[in-house]
Formats: sequence, C-alpha cells, structure tokens
Amino acid sequence: MSAAQSILLASEPLLAIRGVETFYGKIQALRGVDVEVHRGEIVTLIGANGAGKSTLMMTICGNPQARAGQIVYNGKDITHLPTHDIMSMSIAQSPEGRRVFPRMTVMENLQMGAILEDDKHFEDDLKRVFTLFPRLKERRGQRGGTLSGGEQQMLAIGRALMSRPKLLLLDEPSLGLAPLVVKQIFEVIRELNANEGLTVFLVEQNAFHALRLAHRGYVMVNGAITMAGTGRELLAREEVRSAYLEGGAH
Amino acid sequence: MAETNFPTATAYPEGAERLSEEQREAMRGEPPFAEAPPTDSRLVRALKEAGITAGLIAVLTVFFFAFKTDIAAGGLALTADPIQWIVWIAIAFVGRFVLSYLVFANDKPTVGGWKKITAATAGWPVGKVIGAILLLVALTLPFLLSTFLPSQNRYLLDLSILILTYVMLGWGLNIVVGLAGLLDLGYVAFYAVGAYSFALLATNFDLGFWVCLPMAGLFAALWGVMLGFPVLRLRGDYLAIVTLAFGEIIRVVLLNWANFTGGPNGILGIPKPTLFGLEFNRGAGSFSDFFGIPYSPIQRFIFLYYIILALALLTNFVTMRMRKLPVGRAWEALREDEIACRSLGINTVNVKLTAFATGAMFGGFAGSFFATRQGFISPESFTFIESAIILAIVVLGGLGSQLGVVIASVVMIGGIELLRNLTGLQAIFGAGFDPTEYRMLIFGLAMVLIMVWKPRGLVSTRSPSAIYKAKKKIGADLVAQGEGH
Repeated sequence: MSAAQSILLASEPLLAIRGVETFYGKIQALRGVDVEVHRGEIVTLIGANGAGKSTLMMTICGNPQARAGQIVYNGKDITHLPTHDIMSMSIAQSPEGRRVFPRMTVMENLQMGAILEDDKHFEDDLKRVFTLFPRLKERRGQRGGTLSGGEQQMLAIGRALMSRPKLLLLDEPSLGLAPLVVKQIFEVIRELNANEGLTVFLVEQNAFHALRLAHRGYVMVNGAITMAGTGRELLAREEVRSAYLEGGAH
Repeated sequence: MAETNFPTATAYPEGAERLSEEQREAMRGEPPFAEAPPTDSRLVRALKEAGITAGLIAVLTVFFFAFKTDIAAGGLALTADPIQWIVWIAIAFVGRFVLSYLVFANDKPTVGGWKKITAATAGWPVGKVIGAILLLVALTLPFLLSTFLPSQNRYLLDLSILILTYVMLGWGLNIVVGLAGLLDLGYVAFYAVGAYSFALLATNFDLGFWVCLPMAGLFAALWGVMLGFPVLRLRGDYLAIVTLAFGEIIRVVLLNWANFTGGPNGILGIPKPTLFGLEFNRGAGSFSDFFGIPYSPIQRFIFLYYIILALALLTNFVTMRMRKLPVGRAWEALREDEIACRSLGINTVNVKLTAFATGAMFGGFAGSFFATRQGFISPESFTFIESAIILAIVVLGGLGSQLGVVIASVVMIGGIELLRNLTGLQAIFGAGFDPTEYRMLIFGLAMVLIMVWKPRGLVSTRSPSAIYKAKKKIGADLVAQGEGH
C-alpha cells in the first residue's frame, strides 16, 4: 500500500464511530465506543459474551439508536436515521444467528437480499454469490430452514452481498459452526476483500480466526474498547492471548 | 452372536456405541427377558376398547339420557327414556369400534393410500388442475343449476353467492394473516366499513353501486392504515388482541352513533347494482325489457353471482401478482423474520401498512357487495363471529394457500347450510331432534377433526414464489418444521 493511499484512507474512514453510548432502558451497554473502518479493510471487533459487540453492530444499523456520540458512514451522519434508510445506503448486514427466512427457498432468500435493487444486476449478482458459495447453487430450490448451519451462514452472507454493499457487517459468522466450515467462510471473506476490495466489519468471539483474518482489530470489554491494533499485534499480545485465545482464563 | 453383540475392530469405537444404543432402543430399557405384551387380534382388541368406551358412556350419560324430568302437576315427574340412552351407547360403541379397528390399530398410517395417490401424481400440477376445474364450475354454475336443479335454483345460487363472499373475504384476510403473518381478529371491521360506506353514500347522495364500490374499498383501506399505525409495534398475541378490540369498536360505534348510521335499526333501502344502468326488475328500462327476454327474479341473482365472482377473482389475481412483486415477497419475508427484513433495508412499517391496507380494501369491496345484496345492513351483521369464521377459513385452508381458502369456504359455509337440512337424522334421534340446534356442535367437531387430520390446513404445501429452472413443491411436514417463531 502506497503512502499516499494510506493517508487518503486515514483521512476519511468509510465508517467512523465516535463516542457512541447505547442504552437498553437504564442499562448502559456501550460506554463511549470509538471505532474506525477504512475503505478496503477488514476490521474485527472481538470480546467476550455480553461485552456489547452485537449491540455496537445493532447501533450501527440504528436499532437501537445511540443515545450519545456519532456514527458517520461515507461522510454522512447516520446516527439518527431509521434502520431501513441506513440499510439502503450500500451497507449490508449478516445478522447474528443468520436469520435466513426458513420457509423461503434459497433463491427467494437471495431475492430478498436484492429487494431494494433494480432487476438489471440480479443475474450477475446471483452468479457472483453462486461462484463464491457453490453449495448455495446446489441448494437453490431448498428452503432456508432445512439448510445446515454452515449453509445458512453462507446464505446469510450471500443474501447480504445481493445488495451490492460497500460495507459488509458480519455478526458472529462462526457461531455454532464446525471449524472446517468456519475456515471456508473466513476464506470467502478474505477473497471478497482481496479481489473486490469489499470493506468488512466483523464481530467475532472466535478471536483467533478473526484476528488472523483482519487487518485491524478492536477488543471490547464491558461496553468499551480496551485495545486496538493490527490483527497481528493483537494476536501477539499477552492480554489477548490469555483472555480470548487460551480458554478464557485471566 | 459375536457379530451382533461385539463390534468388529473396524467399526470401533463409534460402531460399538451405536450398536449398544440400538440394542437398548430395541429393548426400550427393559431387560431382554421381559415377556412380550400379550397381543390380541385386532378384532378382539377393537371390541374390547369399544366395550370399555360404551360402558363409560353408559355410566356417564345415565342421568342425562336415561331419565327425564317433566313438569307435572304437584312437582316434577320422572320418566325413563332408555331408548335414547341405548342409542347413545350404541353410537359410542360403534364409533369406537370403527376407530379402533380401522384407524388406531393400523401400524401403517391410514392416509397411506392418499400418500400413494399424491406420490403417483407428484409431477402433476394438481393444484392448478383443481383450480381450473373449480373456476370452470364457478363460471358456469348459474346455468348448471338452472339446468339440473331448477327446483332449488334460487336457494343454491344464493348459497353460492354467500360462499363466494366468504371466499373473497378469506382471500383478503389471507394477505394479512397468510402472507404477512399479522394475526388479525378484527377483519370484520373492514367488511363493516365497506358496507356502511356504500350504504351511507348510496342513501345520502344517491350514488350507484359501481361508483361507491371503489370508494368503499378506499375507505376500508384508509381504516386499514389507521389501524395499522398504532399496532405496528405489536406482534402475535398482542396484535390479535388490538385488532379484536378494533373490530368491536367499529361495531359499537356503528351501533351507538344512531343519527349517522341508524344505530341498531341499520340502513334500509340500499340500491341494487345495475348493469350499465339497466335495473333488474319488471318494467320499462329494465334488463329483461332491454334484451327482450321475459322477466325472471333469478336474473338478479345470477347478476349478483357474477359480480361477486368477478370481485373474488380480482382479489385472487391481485394477490397472486402481488406475491411476485417485491412488496408481496416482503410480506412473506416479514412473516418469516422481521429482524432479518430490517437488516435487508426493508421498511417494515410500510410493508405492514400495505398488507393491512390491501387486505382491508378487499374486505371493503366484499362489504359493499354484502350491503347491495342484502339491501339492508345493521351492526348485527358484523359481530366477532364473522371475523372468527373468516379467520377459520384462512387457517383451515392452510395459511397462504389460495385454493385452500376456496375449499375451506365451501366446507365451512356450505357445511353449515347443509347441517340445517339434515332432517334425515330425525329418523335416529326421534321427531323432536332439530338438526339446527346441533349445527354449531357438529361444525366445531368437524373443525377439530380437520385440525387433527391436517394440522397445517387443508392445502398445506406451498409453492415457492421464486422459481429457478425447476418448480418444486414444499411438503406440509417441511412447512411445519420451518415455522420460524
């Protein structure tokens, strides 16, 4: 990466989260979170259960909305926009727990991903998703609910990709999947990023895989960011290793 | 022995575990020396069970059927009526015997034969064929009736109009409940709004049916949106309660706002529909006069029949088209998973509102047709039981199935009517037996039976809206599995 490029990247992040505080009723879930995601990056957020990772993801999507702080996407303040407006700004999300439409077929699920797009790109986008996940092509007539966990995750990512996003938000794509499948899915994410320059913000509990994949990472504890650095740096740090990589013992 | 009891080296260890598990399964946790349960032949077992049931009925009903008290001079007189008692015991015996012998005792499911038939015709578009046949019958029904059943022509035509009204209502509600998955217990409110919009417009401003029909639909849609706004946050049970309340509010307002709606007296003198200005009556300028054919009162019924058929087909057509449009797909997706919908950038508020408004509009159309057919409406026609029947039609038919709604309407509305005329049962229960009194009981029983037999509704398979190369049906069992709530 040239110096000029990195300056450009540094000057204007695609997604900038500044001092965001989110509450569930009276309970504060996020305590002034600062995260930046630059164009072409894979950024991961790791942390223990209940640290607020998914809350941050949901706050980016405007559900719930941040009570303090600012979220800027592509130069626009999206902090107080309704969810459907945010999601139609070329942000796509693969939500936690995958949430494919169980009684709709794979095809219908993919169509749902492209529901805000016009039909022109549909065939191309479909081809792209089927190339990334050949398994989905085999299963295109099958209902979402009957797919295996890994296939459902592929479908959730494929569905998100159908809207031609600039920024892909992935909430725990490895949840409940076999290690081999996790590897496959992470490989696809890496490909998407390397070949198409897709920007990815990845929330993960699987710290090892996520940090190896990501350019940069953040560690969240109790609703606040405690560490930040490149994936490699974080992987090497003792605190990270002991807390998230070796059985979670402090 | 060695082969079954001890795993071979290659199958170890999973093979060993699986084998022992299988063995435990086979023994059901019993030690292997447990005696096998004595097995009676099917007939004996069925007879035994029938005998037990009959005995139970005999004990339980002895005071209800065997004895009767009548008011006599100086108090009550006890009269014995063993015949009725024995008849009921016999019914219980025979019923239980038939069930035990033919249904319960079978190792194979009783519906196996049907499965074979469906398997053999799996490649056929069965739904399409049935649909086409039904459509053909519906289109020619007035002529079939006047040819084959001239004596009951008018009654049957009237019944068909009623059934078609419910088909239309069912299709309308199917959009809200079946497609969008929003449980609406107050659908009759939109039916009422449509009926009263037409009746009030027609009687106050002298407007005809055809002018008022779209207006009534629009009014109902407007009310759909008005109901939609406050209930958008609600889901499932809560939504059901609010819609139920809404249905009752509309009825109570209609009942009490007497100087506007006529209150309990209703509205009289609602005009009949005309065919391009031709009225269906005797005299100059009427339909029969214009075409130079002799006047017959049946002509108006035939005309009404075709109006409701056209309206119902319009509802069906719009729904089928909508399902292929993004908004219809969004309805279905909303039923499956609201959060996923939001993550895809769908404005769930708008999607719900369109579902409510579209469903309400068709309810409004049906309502104004109801008003013009009756010529008189009052709040009594729009009670909760109407909502319940329409919802039952949608659920019994299989949520989201268009053909199912038709079959369920015929079964439910036609069935209720049929039960009115079951005078043949008097031969069994004596001359005092009034079938209409047991109508709702039998009807309820039939509903329970349908739900036991086909828990996902009569037409429980679902064809995907999006087809990629080959069309594939989704079986009822899979539909049941995939229920995402």
